[in-house]
Amino acid sequence: MLRLASLVIRPLIALVGAVILNMAGNGIERKNCVVRNGIHITKQLNGKQRKFNHEIFQNGTIKEAKEMPNSTTKRKRRSKESFEKVPLCTAIMTYLGFYLLMFLGYINRLFFTPKVAKERNREGYAPLYDRFESFYLQYVYRRVRDCWNRPICSVPGAEVVLKDRMTPDYGWTFQFTGTTTKCLNLGSYNYLGFAEATGPCASSAAQAIQEYGCASCSPVQEFGTHPLVVELEKLTAEFLGVEDSIVFGMGFGTNSLNLPSLISQGCLVLSDEKNHASLILGLRLSGATIRVFKHNNMKDLEKHLKDAIVKGQPKTRRPWRKILIVVEGVYSMEGSIVKLPEVLELKKKYKAYVYLDEAHSIGALGEKGRGVVDYYGCNPKDVDILMGTFTKSFGSAGGYIAGSKHLIDYLRVNSHAACYASSMSPPIVMQILTSMSIIMGKDGSLEGERRIRQLAQNTRYFRRRLKKMGVIVYGNEDSPVVPLLVYMFSKIGAVVRTLLERKIATVGVGFPATPLMEGRIRFCLSAAHTREQLDMALDVLEEMASLLGLRYSQLPIPDDEVAYDDELE
Amino acid sequence: MANTIFTKQYSDNILYNALVPLYHVCLEVFLLLMVLWLIFHQSYNPNETGDLSKEELQALIDEWTPEELVSDVDQNHRALHPRVITSKAQKYISIDNNKCLNLATHNYLNFVGNEIIEKSAIDTIHKYGVGSCGPRGFYGTVDVHLDLENKLAEFMEMEEAVVYSYGFSTIASAIPAYAKRSDVIFVDEKVNFAIQKGLDASRSRLKFFKHNDTNDLESLLLEQAELDKKNPKKANVTRRFLIVEGIYMNTGEICPLPALIELRKKYKLRIFVDESVSFGTLGVTGRGVTEYFDVPKQDVDMIMCSMEWALGTIGGFCVGSSFIVEHQRLSGLGYCFSASLPPLLTVAASKALDIMTKDITIFSDLKDCCELMHSALETINGLKTKSHKHSPVKHLVLSDECVFTIPREEVLYEISNYCIQHGIAVIVPSYLEKVEKFTPTTSIRLTVNNKLSSEEIKQACTVLQEACNALMSH
Repeated sequence: MLRLASLVIRPLIALVGAVILNMAGNGIERKNCVVRNGIHITKQLNGKQRKFNHEIFQNGTIKEAKEMPNSTTKRKRRSKESFEKVPLCTAIMTYLGFYLLMFLGYINRLFFTPKVAKERNREGYAPLYDRFESFYLQYVYRRVRDCWNRPICSVPGAEVVLKDRMTPDYGWTFQFTGTTTKCLNLGSYNYLGFAEATGPCASSAAQAIQEYGCASCSPVQEFGTHPLVVELEKLTAEFLGVEDSIVFGMGFGTNSLNLPSLISQGCLVLSDEKNHASLILGLRLSGATIRVFKHNNMKDLEKHLKDAIVKGQPKTRRPWRKILIVVEGVYSMEGSIVKLPEVLELKKKYKAYVYLDEAHSIGALGEKGRGVVDYYGCNPKDVDILMGTFTKSFGSAGGYIAGSKHLIDYLRVNSHAACYASSMSPPIVMQILTSMSIIMGKDGSLEGERRIRQLAQNTRYFRRRLKKMGVIVYGNEDSPVVPLLVYMFSKIGAVVRTLLERKIATVGVGFPATPLMEGRIRFCLSAAHTREQLDMALDVLEEMASLLGLRYSQLPIPDDEVAYDDELE
Repeated sequence: MANTIFTKQYSDNILYNALVPLYHVCLEVFLLLMVLWLIFHQSYNPNETGDLSKEELQALIDEWTPEELVSDVDQNHRALHPRVITSKAQKYISIDNNKCLNLATHNYLNFVGNEIIEKSAIDTIHKYGVGSCGPRGFYGTVDVHLDLENKLAEFMEMEEAVVYSYGFSTIASAIPAYAKRSDVIFVDEKVNFAIQKGLDASRSRLKFFKHNDTNDLESLLLEQAELDKKNPKKANVTRRFLIVEGIYMNTGEICPLPALIELRKKYKLRIFVDESVSFGTLGVTGRGVTEYFDVPKQDVDMIMCSMEWALGTIGGFCVGSSFIVEHQRLSGLGYCFSASLPPLLTVAASKALDIMTKDITIFSDLKDCCELMHSALETINGLKTKSHKHSPVKHLVLSDECVFTIPREEVLYEISNYCIQHGIAVIVPSYLEKVEKFTPTTSIRLTVNNKLSSEEIKQACTVLQEACNALMSH
């Protein structure tokens, strides 16, 4: 009941607040609007950012550049992050829409009993579920339930075959119709296109089954270490340019089972507000104090760091044992890229440690596909803990932690996953070994480089074309995760369904996974997509932007031509 | 006359006016000052540090020296020098190129190396690729996942099953999906580490009872009932859970399920059973501990199980009524936020399940092997086992009365090394002593599989006896 009340009241207050603020701000803002709006402001921003990058390179990385003559330290970058604010009118409509859905849900519940299973033989027990949660799932989420969990029956490559299903009862149950639909796949995390049923990766994985079987039925610390695991650990370390690495069978588990062995009570963690659930779980299990800083906001991070060092622990007044900054390379829901050079700068200044989760950025960013470290031309050894997953760019499963030998030795001994969880399956390891070798160019071809370039090109092209449509797109220009804001809960369903009708598979994300206000559609680009496929998708989107009213952006539309093979700066 | 009265009154008034303001004004001024002081004075607030100058701030930052990120580890630690397995982890296994009888990995039904399973896994790669490239919600649900879930539910005779992509996370995610901060969990003190992490994540109140001791559990339950009487309102919304393992990984003992079910009914608990070891090993048709004790499946709320042991693949699953299991599809953290299980491993589990359904002799073979091994182990002088005779996991500890030539904590490792050198792979399981709630006693852990011959069992016990004899002082 309390949760329900707070859920209803809080947006209401926020809404009233937003209206008042906007009214107050209007007088001042509007005057400057014409002048400030648009190209002027973007140019200014660009100028600032360039200057800033420049400074950092002079302060920080130039020193390293002497040691590593190959690294391109002074790379020009005109990329920018954009998080356009929601227009007031849309904000009001979104809240009203949500209340309407809730209201209709309550009415619905008065007349129709839910078609869900009831608990049997447990009379007199405390109810297992929260009442509001059940209501939300049964009467609000159910209306759009068909947009998720769609079963597929093919490789999740550039195209994917969906199993068609229909619901005879408004989303309570689903039935398969027996037919399938081939769609363009803009939903899977297949950044470098290694999700393939044929080719070197698939055949080597098949061979690994013949040689080592499907699993080892034992943790790494016991009899789970097969030669492929040893090889993968070596290759990963080489790939990332660090001393050593350790691999695990699940990406989610890599975070949630290793963070508790790195930090404990008396340590402070500064965690980005948009961090992934696995990081949050790992931090919660560790018992350390967690403070959340604003998304990618370096000023806020610095404030927290200063505060922590000056004030120490809240109750005991002792200084913190250590401070760990936890960030992600590419944020999977925001499409933004961490400001790594600044984070490293702050880390050095305040003697903190950095845990960088590269789940979405490894392989997908940087000239050599080495992730966000490569993207900024930083030294991988400056990041204390490099973590990443093999699910996305490598088309496999599992995760790694890489860093100094000292760190990895400690984890080999103390990691929960190394001690108790089963070791990686041989075919899964083999897939990574092969795809990683291709990315590194160890197979003697330029295939890896080609894929990295194709992904970067696809990303730029897709994002710029979207911007031209006047829709609001979050995140960094170079990030292959592209969230398109649709705000309204009902529009998430409408867009996903319409796109599926037009044979494009995408993912919608809404409350509670995002804030209530920020319902979005997410596209994940891949090196496997061709220009024609992207054009097809963009044409459909263009049509839908008008049809469903998605052109929310108030920024002027850039008038430059978007060419596919624009030279990548 | 009237006039004089008036003037007197008037003059009194003046007098009043002239006299009163003096103290009144004083009072008012005082009050005003008080108010001003209250408003503007700076109270001492320990949370306020005041404004530090830049230099002071820098000095504080310079002064602070954080601990090392990680402490040093002993370079001779076993985990830094793992034994490398250079073959499939089947009945025989190559440890650092030395062929051994495998009594260490949890391949109870010999599904690792099974040709039918491997062939179907390879076929799956050629159809679906290797990875699933997404969580279940976002195009990571492949038809083989649904197929496996149906098969599992059918095999376990329950309504619904949910498949996770990692065994450890199955158990660690399933528990906190239901148990929340205000709830109470009654749990056996010897539960495995995955359950312990699930308990931590739930943040519920934990009540540990002595290993397999239903009396101790009941006394805890009575204690809780007393508490509930005091605050019946709170008691009505406090969920109570009982979490046990079918066969305990850390002891090899079987839980007294019928007695636990009685308590569950009496005290209105919901029971979750971790059947990671007992699935496929107990019961005539391998349905686990419920079949072993002939307990109706409806009496158990949920069964959690890893597919990494008996099924010989990766991942895990939970089965139960739809009411319970469906909830995890949105609340199981490891289910929602992790990429789904690679299709090839899903199919491997599916095929293994097919074999389990068709051929029930594997279960009787395994049971015979377990019993045979149990009686053979009991003859060894120097080691004793407390594990159940039907458990495929046997823990061996040193007999109290024996005296050894080297420190007792080293003996087990030496025995294990000796055995591996002589062609028998056994292991001393590792535990993280600092984080285990109750660290299990160090032991040698043997696992039994269904294809062991009586000669092999005899041979294994002979080697174990030799190892003991070599280390015992006579």
